[in-house]
Amino acid sequence: MAHPTVAVLERHLFLYRRLWRASVFSSFVLPVLFLVSIGMGVGGHVGRIGGVDYLAWIVPGVMASTAFQMAIGESTYSVLGDFKWVRGYHAMRATPVEIRDMLAGWLLYILLRVEIAAVVFLGVTGLFGALRSPWAVVTPLVAALVAVAAAAPVTAFAASIEHDSYFALLFRFVMIPSTLFAGVFFPVEQLPAAVRPLAYVSPLWHGVELSRAATLGGAPPWPAAVHVACLVVFAVVGLVWARAAFRTRLQD
Amino acid sequence: MRAEGARAGSGPGGVKPFAELSQASVTVAGVSEQPLIYARGLVKRFGDFTAVDGIDLDVAAGEAFGFLGPNGAGKSSTMRMISCVSMPTSGELRILGMDPVRDGSRIRGRLGVCPQLDNLDPDLSVRENLTTYARYFGLSRAEARRRTEELLDFAQLREKASGAVEPLSGGMKRRLTIARALVNDPDLVLLDEPTTGLDPQARHLLWERLFRLKQRGTTLVLTTHYMDEAEQLCDRLVVMDGGRIVAQGSPRSLIETYSTPEVVELRFPDEADYAGKLEGIGRVDPLPDRILLYAEDGDAAVAEVHRRGLAPSSVLVRRSSLEDVFLQLTGRTLVD
Ligand SMILES: Nc1ncnc2c1ncn2[C@@H]1O[C@H](COP(=O)(O)OP(=O)(O)OP(=O)(O)O)[C@@H](O)[C@H]1O
Ligand SMILES: [Mg+2]
Repeated sequence: MAHPTVAVLERHLFLYRRLWRASVFSSFVLPVLFLVSIGMGVGGHVGRIGGVDYLAWIVPGVMASTAFQMAIGESTYSVLGDFKWVRGYHAMRATPVEIRDMLAGWLLYILLRVEIAAVVFLGVTGLFGALRSPWAVVTPLVAALVAVAAAAPVTAFAASIEHDSYFALLFRFVMIPSTLFAGVFFPVEQLPAAVRPLAYVSPLWHGVELSRAATLGGAPPWPAAVHVACLVVFAVVGLVWARAAFRTRLQD
Repeated sequence: MRAEGARAGSGPGGVKPFAELSQASVTVAGVSEQPLIYARGLVKRFGDFTAVDGIDLDVAAGEAFGFLGPNGAGKSSTMRMISCVSMPTSGELRILGMDPVRDGSRIRGRLGVCPQLDNLDPDLSVRENLTTYARYFGLSRAEARRRTEELLDFAQLREKASGAVEPLSGGMKRRLTIARALVNDPDLVLLDEPTTGLDPQARHLLWERLFRLKQRGTTLVLTTHYMDEAEQLCDRLVVMDGGRIVAQGSPRSLIETYSTPEVVELRFPDEADYAGKLEGIGRVDPLPDRILLYAEDGDAAVAEVHRRGLAPSSVLVRRSSLEDVFLQLTGRTLVD
């Protein structure tokens, strides 16, 4: 007996098997190219931050932001498409699959994708000598938390809209600012005090700080449990919203 | 000129109407007396708009039951309530003896649903569409593969099995959607306009497939705009209009009640008032492009038309159909 959640996960994996080539570049190659160019190129001019070289400093940020961007990118057109064009969720709706299975199967799929990318990235950065603490092994878990904290609300958003033009707003006003001001490329303390709260409400910032504490072996700015709790809140609120959005969308 | 094809429905070579096989099927199914679908005062509203306006239904195991009606009659809204994906606004509904609100998932596990709009996965292959869907019903991987191979033959899609769904023709996609609905070996199959948009050949192939299902004792519920389809496939049907049931019975009994055995279609070269001149031959129904003459005996009626010195440009004698019933019931023709 297959659990319906597993059946939903399998369906997404079947689809991914058809389309994986398109994602290899953005999931694996791009983050590494990024490291090479920014970390080594720009890093030469920047010098050291917080007592480490720039490459080691941005590695955890790039890892968390790759998870963040993958989770958001996956949860936009695919989700809306499965309601609007493919109607894959309508197909599931006519079977014993429940909305909780749709959401669980979907998030498991995203987690699987993010985890593979995170582990590969961790290996590559280890070879570059950018990991300074054995705690680095927990960064894939942080990436998982970031992924769910981003994917759940974005999935809910995608399930609530009628037109894909809203995604441009999401990218421009949510994803790009939260990547730029989340401590990925420079410490949040360098931001004017008035802008800093923007970072605090970005799930990415919490993920970046947790990852950085792990790879460099220091303490995060807030207690680790608080960072984790913020990410969990994003995930839970996102899930509750997503459940309601799916229900509304599928009810008639 | 006589339309032989139209009369040859149950003759040698023609597909037998389902009604003739229904007795055998009921015993094959062997399910208890309880109707598979039981509805009383079923209502579906969307905001202020009432799409389904208090209908009663009883569908027994082994039956082939049809909803017939024009666009917007409420057929799909009713079908979606029966398939437990949309909740009734009010009224009583029992599917397979269970309550859709409480046991939705369990009921859906025993239904096969072919929705009006295809929702296949266009990027997956034909085979993958069947196996992934089978897994939604909790079938093991081996069982899902076995069912998939059976259904590829049933849908005559074996040559296309490894190709993507996207490039398939409309008829093939429809066949795949119907095959997919059978993947869990359902007790009740719900088909919303299974053949709309298909060419006659594709439609006949689908009828033949549905006919086989019916012979195996599967309970079928379908909606259609097509009178011939309802006549071919349904033991019993309801005619819906404006969210209500306006008539019900077997195709034969509806025709007997609301029409005559034969209908003569007359076309005249000019716009003169021929309806008046036809009075007394039978009931006359003038349509924009032709005049219908309802008669016990079509040939006799045509003879009488000629005896009165009328010279229609074309004459067609055909068996009365559900189209005529609908026209009689609602005063409107069915256009699809
Ligand atoms: N989700 C919905 N929201 C609002 N109105 C709806 C919805 N679904 C159906 N309707 C309306 O309910 C009425 C009945 O629709 P339904 O789809 O049941 O008709 P139908 O008999 O299946 O028609 P067709 O032959 O065109 O498929 C229509 O007027 C339709 O616009
Ligand atoms: Mg419909």
